[in-house]
Amino acid sequence: MTSRFMPLSGDPPRSKVLAVALIAIALGLALAPFLFPGAKPLNVAAKICIFIALAASYDLLLGYTGVVSFAHTMFYGIGSYGVAIALYGLGARWDAVGLGLIVALPLAALLALVIGLFSLRVQTIFFAMITLAVASAFAVLASQLSWLTGGEDGRSFRVPEVLQPGTVFIPRDVLGVAVTGRTLTYYLVFVCCVLLFLLLLRVVNSPFGRVLQAIRENPFRAEALGYRTVVHRILANCIAAAVAAAAGALNALWLRYTGPDTSLSFAIMLDILLIVVIGGMGTLYGAVIGGTLYIMAQNYLQTLMSSLSTAAGNAGIPVLPQLFHPDRWLLWLGILFILSVYFFPTGIVGKLRGGSG
Amino acid sequence: MSATDTDAGAALPKVRADYLPLLLPIAMALIALPFIPSGSTWVTLTIAGLAMGMMIFVMASGLTLIFGLMDVLNFGHGAFIAIGAYMAALVLVPLTGWMQADSVWLNLAAVIPAVALAVGVTGLLGLAFERIVIAPVYGQHLKQILITMGGMIVAEQILYVFFGPQQIPLPLPATLRGSFMIGEAAIEKYRIVCVVVGLTVFLAMLLVLNRTKIGLLIRAGVENTEMVEALGYRITRLFVGVFMAGSTLAGLGGVMWGLYREQVNAAMGGELLVLVFIVVIIGGLGSVTGCFIGALLVALATNYIGFLVPKLALVTDILLMVAVLLWRPRGLYPVTSR
Repeated sequence: MTSRFMPLSGDPPRSKVLAVALIAIALGLALAPFLFPGAKPLNVAAKICIFIALAASYDLLLGYTGVVSFAHTMFYGIGSYGVAIALYGLGARWDAVGLGLIVALPLAALLALVIGLFSLRVQTIFFAMITLAVASAFAVLASQLSWLTGGEDGRSFRVPEVLQPGTVFIPRDVLGVAVTGRTLTYYLVFVCCVLLFLLLLRVVNSPFGRVLQAIRENPFRAEALGYRTVVHRILANCIAAAVAAAAGALNALWLRYTGPDTSLSFAIMLDILLIVVIGGMGTLYGAVIGGTLYIMAQNYLQTLMSSLSTAAGNAGIPVLPQLFHPDRWLLWLGILFILSVYFFPTGIVGKLRGGSG
Repeated sequence: MSATDTDAGAALPKVRADYLPLLLPIAMALIALPFIPSGSTWVTLTIAGLAMGMMIFVMASGLTLIFGLMDVLNFGHGAFIAIGAYMAALVLVPLTGWMQADSVWLNLAAVIPAVALAVGVTGLLGLAFERIVIAPVYGQHLKQILITMGGMIVAEQILYVFFGPQQIPLPLPATLRGSFMIGEAAIEKYRIVCVVVGLTVFLAMLLVLNRTKIGLLIRAGVENTEMVEALGYRITRLFVGVFMAGSTLAGLGGVMWGLYREQVNAAMGGELLVLVFIVVIIGGLGSVTGCFIGALLVALATNYIGFLVPKLALVTDILLMVAVLLWRPRGLYPVTSR
């Protein structure tokens, strides 16, 4: 594993435990349709892939460049809606997917450029505020323009035929697991996410990525060395936006649906923030570890919460049922988030690397 | 460092008064006049805009003051707004009978404790928030943004836990309901109250900042924190005081907004936070006067555009912000030291 990453990035995991975990996650995701057959596990695996790419692109901003953006779900949503609207309007064709991507990716990058030009010129703190404002306006816009986006209901659409669940390539009796269009879609998502991740890994370990880290550490000094901090920050913002839009497009293909809740909600923004902070800011491997743990927890812990809530309700304890109600999931995430920013600013990867020298 | 240091030794350079932004709200109101079919509609819309602007100003002024002095951008400010509104509801809902009575005194007997509780609770929470949550991360913008944002989410969820997800109706007291006529124009009474309260807060802030010793220290702290400390003042006490004052203003604004909308819900903090940010950016981070003008501009634009082109109203705030930033990239009245 280590040697495989060397020529690509020169940034090995630098910790045995971390390397083993990364290999395990990569293998687990690569073989997911066969190791964990069934609709729900495959859903979880696909979501993990997509969120690894999404969180990695966010880490380029938060961890490597040191700017906080609250508009990442907006770019994710642009990719999602781009593919969804194209497939909905043109029908289940591959050129519709292509058209959606050709429109959505540059649009996301362009919007990132404009936001960057307005806010990154002055102060990075402006950027956080302006992205929050723009993202919330965008979310309102997407739910209001119902002729285009389907409003609150979103858009359900059909994917090209080879990706449909009804298409069977290898029937169940050959491998024990049926290979269908769904399996193919999963591998499309998986391969694209791996490529996006490797691309980001290349970016952060290139000279450009080094400059970003220099800007994060000391913008004034980076500027004094002759690097144009504004240009670098804006470029990082554009790259992150385009990758997020690509992840959004994959999400739309996987779900065969796009709506405000699956692509634009603030809860997703919080998911991304948590993944990056828990996994470790400033290292892309953090996105892999954080994304895997977090999505697993999200899917399996919420069930636990609801049983706790019912148990507390049956025992007649006041307030506790509301505290553990699955709708209060964000409360616990928020607390976890604050605690991890205070006490584990380097995240899991930072701990692992620190532990093994 | 800053421009004023260059000619030290000479007499203090006179600060050139910059009146241009002050004219913007007036200009906007005048530009809107010919587009609106009747003069009375224009008066109604303008008063509505002024009232809304004053409420937004009360909420936003705390944020800009805190940022100006402490260099802390409090993403949790929205939570204080929502908590203020909920505290008022806590008092006003059981006292519905007094609120419905057509007597100024009974109405006041309900509203005054409501405002007092809102202001008291948000002030104390502000104290706790500053000491526990923000104090460890002074000077670290990245962590501040993340942690205060986390605090915002936790506070919103706690409101859900205790008050439930439903909207709580918050009717206006009987004496403030309804409107009166000036010529042809109908003017709601509560809007006049908002304008009066907002103007009072604005003038009081200007007075405290410009005419008292505390204000002098705050303004000095905005310019240069270390120097104030070097002169023997405890800047932390100033910080705590300003943070409490800012949270209190957020709570007061929350009460005003809740009564204006006649309902409170837990999501209002997040929605208003975005509006408050836009206002503060337009005004220039840290400037009270800028924040006042920004609030008026945003509110007037929202009312005029909402009347003329309702579809455009969704993005009015953003467009206004973009226009102002094109003209002055740091906002209308940028605070010079940063």
